[in-house]
Formats: sequence, structure tokens, C-alpha cells
Amino acid sequence: MLYRESGQFKTTYAADQAMLPIRQDQIFLALVILVAIAIPFLVSNYVIQALLLPFLIYSVAAIGLNILVGYCGQISLGTGGFMAVGAFAAWNLLARIPEMPPLVAFVLAGLIAAGTGVLFGLPALRIKGFYLAVTTLAAQFFLIWLLQRPWFVGYSPTGVISAQTIEILGWRIDTPVDRYLFALAVVIIIALAAKNLVRSATGRKWMAIRDMDVAAEIIGIRPMPTKLKAFAVSSFIVGIAGVLWAYLYLGQLEAEAFDIYTSFDVLFMVIIGGLGSILGSFLGAAFVVIVPIILNTVPSAIGLPLGTAMISYIEIFIFGSLIIFFLIVEPHGLARLWSIAKQKLRLWPFPY
Amino acid sequence: MATAQAQLKAHRGQAGESLLKVENVSLAFGGVRALRDVSFEVKRKQIFSIIGPNGAGKSSMLNCINGFYHPNSGTITYKGRPRRQMRPYEAANQGIARTFQNIALFKGMSTLDNIMTGRHLKTKATLLENALWLGRAQREEMEHRRFCEEIIDFLEIQAYRKTPVGTLPYGLQKRVELGRALAAEPELLLLDEPMAGMNLEEKQDMARFILDVNDEFGMTICLIEHDMAVVMDLSDHIVVLDHGEKIGEGGPEEVSSNPRVIEAYLGTSQEQEA
Repeated sequence: MLYRESGQFKTTYAADQAMLPIRQDQIFLALVILVAIAIPFLVSNYVIQALLLPFLIYSVAAIGLNILVGYCGQISLGTGGFMAVGAFAAWNLLARIPEMPPLVAFVLAGLIAAGTGVLFGLPALRIKGFYLAVTTLAAQFFLIWLLQRPWFVGYSPTGVISAQTIEILGWRIDTPVDRYLFALAVVIIIALAAKNLVRSATGRKWMAIRDMDVAAEIIGIRPMPTKLKAFAVSSFIVGIAGVLWAYLYLGQLEAEAFDIYTSFDVLFMVIIGGLGSILGSFLGAAFVVIVPIILNTVPSAIGLPLGTAMISYIEIFIFGSLIIFFLIVEPHGLARLWSIAKQKLRLWPFPY
Repeated sequence: MATAQAQLKAHRGQAGESLLKVENVSLAFGGVRALRDVSFEVKRKQIFSIIGPNGAGKSSMLNCINGFYHPNSGTITYKGRPRRQMRPYEAANQGIARTFQNIALFKGMSTLDNIMTGRHLKTKATLLENALWLGRAQREEMEHRRFCEEIIDFLEIQAYRKTPVGTLPYGLQKRVELGRALAAEPELLLLDEPMAGMNLEEKQDMARFILDVNDEFGMTICLIEHDMAVVMDLSDHIVVLDHGEKIGEGGPEEVSSNPRVIEAYLGTSQEQEA
């Protein structure tokens, strides 16, 4: 009953093309952002560290990958590698040029990741689908190997280096609440920019290439720059996610932290959350972060203690079967379920 | 309709002036000779039809015109400039738009987005401007939206603007595809079997749209069609292909009385030949 758009007439194309044309959606988003800002002050540091931070950072990575896979239709298994490039680029910039402001270093790190993405995206101009997935897989292994060379880790004997403390305009980011708020700000900016991109001409070009590349070329879309732009934007965002992961979540850098499993996790988020949906990136990230925690707490709470090994196996089972389920039943993932619910709600209780 | 119509009409040149000239074009796939020495000329503001039995080389001809295939020999002169090698997006840049025999829409996108994508060549905003949704990006988006809405009005598909095209019935998909081609404001519109698989009413609608596009926007149209009644009614000029060769050319009456054309379509009996 509450979710209605009747009576909301749009008199301009600007109003109809708005990001959230329905007022209830605008109010809902405003509430979500308010809650997101208030929540770190209401929960324990443990919840922030174990739940909220990984969720936010994975959301960024998932948005990045979703642009490439969901919107442009180019499969990538190199997400972990590009995250690592972002993280190590930021560390090296800050370590070698100490005067550089962290924000500048982070943006530059994103750009370096974008450049790397374009480089490894070049095969996409000739190959599609599975074969492209294999070349990005090669990128993943190559990048992780490369970033373990002594020069990149400042000749640290263990290969593990600790992240510099970030200070932005006098704001020293060291408590979990600070880290959460910084991550939240980045998430909001990236999500808005990504949403703008995918609803603009750029996004339509990506989707045109995804849906039918031959027809796209016929109406004048050049495949090469379009695909490479998707690789660049996607890798930029993924690189930023890598920076956040190292600086806010882990507090240290280690190439092994961005292994192939990271790539798979982000891909799962995109598939479960919804290919071609920014909202889906958030839903997928939430799902992948929350499920292990539920598995860790619920069975013991109901008097069914499970071993750690068992829990991680169950986790794999659940993700595996969910991915099969979504690929078969609902390729647009949780985001589509959400929009179906909204569609139903619009007409409820008189669907005819 | 006023503004889009004016925009679509602008710079169309004089009727009767040569727009596309195909001279001695041959195309072979290995040993299969799809086109042999085909020549014809499309004049501005004409409705030009290419007809012929299955496998006559009609679609191959369209594919040569918009850069999908590269003829092995012969020249294609477009707007007075000869060319041999080009990519499809270059043809689009020069003002050639087309639709396909088996619909090639962007299935995951809405009707409106499909038509908006057709405006691609008219957008100038950069990636960064789009990401920030500032100034030029927003202004362009609204201008294109207005233009596309007029095309939607023209094609009478207002009710389906936000529907994903994959879920639309066949006849409407054909219309959306025409809309996407029109959105590019082309000078030459190539239609590959615009009425294939349609029922009588849908055919009438489509015929009306083709005539209106030609008449109101002064757009030059080159179409392939199997339905003879439609071709004879619509066309100003017809070229008949058979086995990759041109076997007849002229106005509708001329072509329908041409003995070689009748032979290709109906065949001749042994006795007659003897």
C-alpha cells in the first residue's frame, strides 16, 4: 500500500530519466544512507571489522566487476589481480613519494589498475567468453607473481608490508569507525558514478556490445574503444577496492591476500546479486559476507556444534548450489527478485 | 514531431541526385560466387528494392553496402566518393543505417534504450562527464530523449517504451528496430526484409511507416523483400537478382513484365523452351 507511484506525474524528461524516478525509492535510499552513517556508532568494533567493512569494500569490487561482466558482457577472473595492483600501487606511491596526499595516491593507484586492466583487456578485442576468462585468469596469476618481486614489496623479507596510516586533511583514519566512514564515503561516490555511467550513453554502448556486438557495430559503435573503456572503468573501481581492502580492512599488504579465491568471491557476488545491476552488487556482497557468519553462529546457537572444516565445506556447497540455481532460474540474481517484489507491491492488493 | 521531422529532413539533398552507385561488384566465398558483376544506382529520395529468389545474393549486396563484406572487385560510390574497404561503423558514420532480416535488437534493454542507443553517433559527452552526470552529458541525454520520443510517437510504440524488447511480439520488435535505425538520422536506410513473418495488418503498418519515412523525411530507402505485392506497391525502382547476377531492372511494371524475371520466379516449362 505504501509503495505507489500513482499521482506522481512526470512533466519533464529530466524527471523521467532521473536515477530514482519514484518518490518512495528516493525516501528509502535516503533512509538507508542515514542508517549507514549512524550504524557504526551503535554496534561494536567487532561487527564493523568483521561485517560492515568487508561488505562495503566487496561492494566496491562487485560494482567494478559488474560493469565489465554484467554491463559489457566480458568475463573476467582477474579481479583479485587488479585489486592487488591497486593496493600495491598505492603503497609504492606513498612509500616512494612521502609528500603525496593519500587521496591523490589512491586515485593514481586506481588509474594504474585501470591501465593494467586495459592491457589485459586487449585480448577481448579478438576473443570472447570462455577463452577471455582464461586469459584474465592468466592475468590473475601473473600479477600476483609480479607483485611478490622484492621491488614491489620494498624488499621486505616476508613479502608482507604494513599499510601506511592515512591522514586526510587532518582526519587521521585509525579507529574502526573512521575506517568505516571513509569506506562508506568511497562506496557512495563510486556507486553514484557507476550508476550515472550505466544509465548514460556510455552504459548503453556497453550493453549494446553485450547484447549483440554485430548490431552495435552497425549503428556506429566501435567495439575496441567501447570494450577497453569498460575494462578501464572496471579495473579502476576494482583497484580502488584493492586499496580499501589493504588499507582499511587488512592494514597490511600481501599479494597472496588477493589470490584467485578473491576473484571467484567477487564473481559469485556479481552472479548471485545480479548481472547488470548496481543494486545487485550490494546485495551480492552482503550475501557473500553474511552467509559464512550465519553458518558460524547459528548452528552452535541452536545446539548443533559444527567443526570449522565442516562449516567451510557447507559454505562452498551453499555458494555452489546457489550459483547453479541463479544461473538457471534467475540470471539477474537477487536484484531481479527485488524488482519483481517492487513490481508486485505497486499493484498490491489489486493485481488486476 | 515538428523538430525531429525538421532534423530528419535537413541536408537530404535533391531528389534524383545519385546517392549510391554500385559498379560491377563481385563477391565470392571460396568457390561460391555470391555476386557477379552487379551494377545499379540508388537515387536520393527513392524507394529502391532488391528482389530475387532465395540465395540470389540480396543480403550479400546489402552487407557489401554497409561494410560487412568487402567486394572482391568493383566499386561502390557513396555520395560521390568511391570506396572499397570499410568497417560497418564507418558506414554508420557516413549515414547508412540498416535493419536485419532476423531482428538484431539489444534484448536486455528497453525499447527506449534501444532507440537511444541508435543516437550513439550524435552523442559527444565523455566518459567522465557521463559519470558525473554534469552539463553536457545531462543536456545531451534530454535532447536525445526528446528526439527518440518523437520517433516513438511516429512508430506508435508509446505503450512499450520501458518494456524490455526481448518480451515484445515480433511485429513490434521489427518496428523498434526501424526506430533504432531512424534515430541515427541516416541518409540511406537499408531494410533487410522488413515484412518477413508478418501478418497482413502488420505488413500494412510497416508499409505505411516506410512510405512515411520516405515521404515526410525524404529518406532514401533500399529494401529487400519477398512479398511481391508490397514491393510493386512501394518501390520507385527495382533491381532483380538471380544467382548473384542482375537479371532485370526498372520500375514495377517494367520488371513484372520482364521475361527473365518471370522465368526466375516462375520457371519456364520445357515445351515452351523447345
